[in-house]
Amino acid sequence: MEAALATILAAAAPLVFAVIGETITEKAGVINLSLDGSIMLSAMAGFATAFVTGNLWLGFIVAALVGMAVALLIAFASISLKLNQVAVGFVLFALTRDLSSFLGNPYVHQRLAGVPHLPIPILENIPFLGPIFFQQDLVVYGSLVLIFVAYWFIFRTRPGLKLRAVGERPEAAHARGIPVNRLRYLYTAIGGALVGLGGAAFSLDMKLGWSYQHTLNFGWIALAIVIFGGWHPYRAALGAYLFGALQIIALKLQPIFPGLSQVLPSMPFPIMILTLVIIYTDWLKRLADRFPSLREFLASEPPSGSGVPFEPE
Amino acid sequence: MSLELRDIRKRFGPVQANDGVSLTVEAGELHGLLGENGAGKSTLMKILSGFYTADSGEIVLDGRTLDIRGPGDAIEAGIGMLHQDPLVFLPFTALDSFIAGSPGGFVIDRRQARKEMMELAERFGFDLDPNAPAREFTIGARQQLEIIRLLWLGARVLILDEPTTGISATQRERLFETLKQLASEGMSVIFVSHKLEEVEELCSRVTVLRQGRVTGERELPCPADELVELMFGKSVVIQTKEPVELGKPVLEVQHATLEDELVTVRDLSLSVREGEVVGLAGLEGSGQRALLRAAAGLLKPRSGTIRIDGRTPRTYHEFLDVGVHYLPAGRLEEGLLQGMTITEHFVLADESTPFFVDWDEAEQQAAEEIRAHFIKGRPDSNAEELSGGNQQRLLLAMLPDHLRLLLMQHPTRGLDIESAAWVWEQLLARRHDGTAIMFASSDLDELLMYSDRIAVFFSGEVIDILDARTATVEQLGYLIGGVRAAS
Repeated sequence: MEAALATILAAAAPLVFAVIGETITEKAGVINLSLDGSIMLSAMAGFATAFVTGNLWLGFIVAALVGMAVALLIAFASISLKLNQVAVGFVLFALTRDLSSFLGNPYVHQRLAGVPHLPIPILENIPFLGPIFFQQDLVVYGSLVLIFVAYWFIFRTRPGLKLRAVGERPEAAHARGIPVNRLRYLYTAIGGALVGLGGAAFSLDMKLGWSYQHTLNFGWIALAIVIFGGWHPYRAALGAYLFGALQIIALKLQPIFPGLSQVLPSMPFPIMILTLVIIYTDWLKRLADRFPSLREFLASEPPSGSGVPFEPE
Repeated sequence: MSLELRDIRKRFGPVQANDGVSLTVEAGELHGLLGENGAGKSTLMKILSGFYTADSGEIVLDGRTLDIRGPGDAIEAGIGMLHQDPLVFLPFTALDSFIAGSPGGFVIDRRQARKEMMELAERFGFDLDPNAPAREFTIGARQQLEIIRLLWLGARVLILDEPTTGISATQRERLFETLKQLASEGMSVIFVSHKLEEVEELCSRVTVLRQGRVTGERELPCPADELVELMFGKSVVIQTKEPVELGKPVLEVQHATLEDELVTVRDLSLSVREGEVVGLAGLEGSGQRALLRAAAGLLKPRSGTIRIDGRTPRTYHEFLDVGVHYLPAGRLEEGLLQGMTITEHFVLADESTPFFVDWDEAEQQAAEEIRAHFIKGRPDSNAEELSGGNQQRLLLAMLPDHLRLLLMQHPTRGLDIESAAWVWEQLLARRHDGTAIMFASSDLDELLMYSDRIAVFFSGEVIDILDARTATVEQLGYLIGGVRAAS
């Protein structure tokens, strides 16, 4: 049991980075639809950097910078040029995906030592919790901390309130003297950097190595999980863990149903989408109405200003 | 403390919204800013509050010229604006809406903010639940939330843009009390409105804007017809309409309750007879459009009946079949198809078009219609290439020959005098066939000149039906502003 939960926690870590990053971006009112490509490109860049320099952490930094660069392109196109975010995002997705295959060719199936295991002394000996939470590596610890920090930042701090304000009703934020487009740039960049870290968490840790379309579809599932997560860090993380669990289950079922070995690895994707459909119905809203204290957690409405460029006049 | 606006200018594309506006407001003064829709009031106030930046002009507060580059600068200078649609964040709790944009530490001290919010609310007798999402608040409560927020931020000049739209009578009373209290404490209050009655009730001085310019400034009380004249300008009414024998009722609306996005019209009864022209007056969104859409079959009444020649059609198509036709205000948005030629428009409008279109013949017919209706365009001209007047001519040319009821919104808006006269000539000629006409317009002269009767709407209610032969521009102006006793 502990082992299974620990595996899920680790398997979902890259996805956690990506969904939290995209949640922050969308909270500010920008949709980065290139996710599937930008994760892939940053995974490639991170692996290549680590392979060439021999420095794992430099790989993470470069991956974050690549994710940030793609996000800044989205921000420039949608905020400054006021282009359609869906079109720009989609084109960038295709571009970054193909770029990762092209540039990543020399690194396919190269070998590299991944992020080392780092049990935390004393805490690792706590029964039950220890093996789950405290016998992981730095990437997993980072993903756990990120969830709480993101929540705290968005809902408890003044800059977080401004972040929500520019995504929810930009003209109202503007009227309060909040620099709407500057903050949108900032949080698109930060969100993109986290997505980039998610990519590196794949290629340098959870799915160590680089191969053709190494992280295929994880970006799309991350975008779906952001919606499932109701733009709330805790719920988004929950979605990532649910997906991680589905992946582990599919993996465990492989030896039992060898005939289905082609189908099982892709099963979590349709199951996840189905879950979204079921979850994204009215009853959550009704539940929120009954328990006002849970409203923040249960309210699953997109930031109203999301995807809409803001022009003060 | 005094506030002075000097020679403010602001242009949006081809529209000069503010054309050299100057205004002075003293401390403790309740200053009215009066003018009809589109006069430039909101633009001026958005410039003052930093929401827009002026093309030129100066803002002077206490003898100091302010450099307002954005709303933040205005708030810092003590200028706060309550927008017509209160700019709160609907899914946020009222408290978060209150806090958003306020200065303070990195981590929000919600307990302290809640305490200060409740103290302010209590001071003015506002009942606001800080934990409820602002969405659950009425417009009036959202205003109250914004007012205490602006005061909390240290506003010394408070601007209210059309604050009485959409709030209840008691909330209005509370609002007026609050504003009087604030003014007596030395606050400068600028009250923007198109409603004469309210400005007269509340303000001590008033500035009137018309087409982006100041037409006058008066101490209140002052004779209302003076203000009406400043608002609408002097106009000469010429009656040139030849009389037509009125027949039996075509449109009969009985106790209808209509609900559209802007307004709810309750218990409306009105009829239009054969050969009769009924004008609908009122500010935009007072219920005229709802009535037109309901009579056209585009808006289902909540209750009550709408009869056409004694029948009760249900779907839009049934309305069309009994001879009802509606020309909406957005000619290019709702009436014509962008990217399609004049010929294609006629082919589409003609019900008898067979499956295969004979385009040569269609083009010839279109050319004939173009001649007959004096449209400046060719059969292959696209709809959006035509001028406003020619677009309206095209729409009229596409009308079926025999109509029972013709409904129009702003039939001559944006048209030059010649085109407008031609349009009305065509419309009035249809009366001889027994066509009933109902139209909404914001042009008072047009209403008086071409209507037989004028129904005046005020926030969802027909407050009077005038005989157009004896009515005057002043009388209409009053009624549109909601002043009933205007004889």
